[in-house]
Amino acid sequence: MLGEQRKLRLLRLKSNYGLLIGAGIFLLLVLIALIGPLFAPYDPAEMKVVDRLKAPSPEHWFGTDEFGRDLLTRIIYGARVSIGVGLLVSLLSSLLGLVIGLYASYYRALDHILMRICDGLYAIPGVLLAIALMAALGASVTNVVIALTIVSTPSVARIVRSAALSVRNLTYIEAMVVQGASSSRIIWKHIMPGTLSPLLVQASFVFAEAIISEAALSFLGVGIPAPDPSWGNILQAGKLVISKAWWMIVCPGAMIVLSVLSLNLLGDGLRDYMDPRIAGKGRKT
Amino acid sequence: MLFIKNIILKYEQWGIPVAAYLVKRILSLIPVLFVVTIVIFMIMHLTPGDPASSILGLEASQEEIDALNEQLGLNRPILEQYISWVGGLLRGDLGDSIFMRQPVGQAIAEHIGPTLSLAILAQLIAVILAIPFGMLAAYKRGKLTDYSLMALSLVGMAVPSFLLGMLLMLLIGVELRWLPIAGYKPLSSGLWEHLKFLILPGLSLGTIQAALITRMTRAAMLETMSHNYIKTARSKGLNEFRVMLGHVFRNSLMPVLTVLGQSFGTLVTGAVVVESIFNIPGLGQLIINSIERRDYAVIQGVVLIITIIYVGINLVVDLLYGAVDPRVRLGRR
Repeated sequence: MLGEQRKLRLLRLKSNYGLLIGAGIFLLLVLIALIGPLFAPYDPAEMKVVDRLKAPSPEHWFGTDEFGRDLLTRIIYGARVSIGVGLLVSLLSSLLGLVIGLYASYYRALDHILMRICDGLYAIPGVLLAIALMAALGASVTNVVIALTIVSTPSVARIVRSAALSVRNLTYIEAMVVQGASSSRIIWKHIMPGTLSPLLVQASFVFAEAIISEAALSFLGVGIPAPDPSWGNILQAGKLVISKAWWMIVCPGAMIVLSVLSLNLLGDGLRDYMDPRIAGKGRKT
Repeated sequence: MLFIKNIILKYEQWGIPVAAYLVKRILSLIPVLFVVTIVIFMIMHLTPGDPASSILGLEASQEEIDALNEQLGLNRPILEQYISWVGGLLRGDLGDSIFMRQPVGQAIAEHIGPTLSLAILAQLIAVILAIPFGMLAAYKRGKLTDYSLMALSLVGMAVPSFLLGMLLMLLIGVELRWLPIAGYKPLSSGLWEHLKFLILPGLSLGTIQAALITRMTRAAMLETMSHNYIKTARSKGLNEFRVMLGHVFRNSLMPVLTVLGQSFGTLVTGAVVVESIFNIPGLGQLIINSIERRDYAVIQGVVLIITIIYVGINLVVDLLYGAVDPRVRLGRR
């Protein structure tokens, strides 16, 4: 029976093209971020004035930037920053959101306070809140992670809370309470597992959103400060030379689109995979 | 809380559920706005070090720093500062800009026009693109048209609006030279002059927004199409066009309206970023310049005003439900 079930699950995974394609592209990008620098053709900080703003060529596949640095190399190193920021933000806000959501669902008094705070944070448009936070904290990689974590935690907390609430009302939780299990045991051992799949789906969307937000902040000059490359600050530099160097916009832009697209596919695919009831919703009537 | 419940009960006794709903909805905003003011106030007090010395720079003397602290009220207890700030807000006073030497409210009033113009134009473009495409995709579900539209919207959702802005600028502004690549003219200098500068930024924001709204429209339409009354409408011989427009679309409006309301927040913040590409003197430019000048009162003011606009639009959308859906109007939800 169990073998049968596993086979069925594998079959569902295989027919979920979105999930497979999304995961494939995303893993490739992570691989580029991890080991890409070993294969990078140049030094990301090496400036050559004679090579300023050279169009893509066999020597410089993606061309060079306004200081004559190799753009491909900078995009590879930028992947570390951009994907790293996304990963950290989605990990941290998942963790925080999980704790907040779980405890809010369990203790009613806490629920009121925590959810009002989340509502308030949620009411301020995300990028704007991040811009204000960056203005106060100052531009740095750590502060981008802090700001974006604050921005995305409320959405995770809400989703965890609503998943936890539906588990909380099931009979077996009542049984645990009657048996005298401690609150933290009930929360972490019995309610938490039921919130993991929506959490995972949300985490992939938060990841995608964080990549876009990092790019927007760096683009505005309040994100990752130069000279460290990130896809956003390469775009910022590209804006100034837009009429001379299209590659400085198209290349980092393509990386952002590719990573966000793959994460969105991954998130949608995961949702379909974990909850087959909603899979294909809207595809058939 | 009991007081609020009493008001609502009273309205319901009088048989005015809409009014009850209205009161409930508006009162529910009070705690949200309270938290918003605390968050915005606290952000600006997160600044590492002494704000006055970071405003004045390294060369300022201790006397100057003390004087500025006194002027800004930064030497008072934090609770007192918060209360006086909120007190000012309630009287419509957002404080003063240190750098521009004018009230924040006035600075915002001077910059809000371009941002709102841009956001409204973008929303219009988004609706004009998204609703027909969403309806078409739903109507042709499972066919090539549907798949191509959905694939396109999937890619659209992955493109940040400022990236599309630069690509459009490259293609239409730099290569084809059809439209100016940067700048702004107010509405008073003529509609076309005004629009000429807003078309590219409007397109870059609107198209991205359209991607999301197309998906939502399609999903909402498909959900409605699965109901039996649509079958009834078809079986009584209505032509497909009237079924789709009069029955399916009308009944799909609620989720579509919700997305439109929510997307306005994204649009306004998107406008803040896109403005910086096209050099539009809106709230985006104001906030970015204020960050460089450490003009915290302005940053607080801009964030607050945009949040209030956002919250207000969502309120209006909620109230519009009543107009769109008789079930809400009659208080049976």
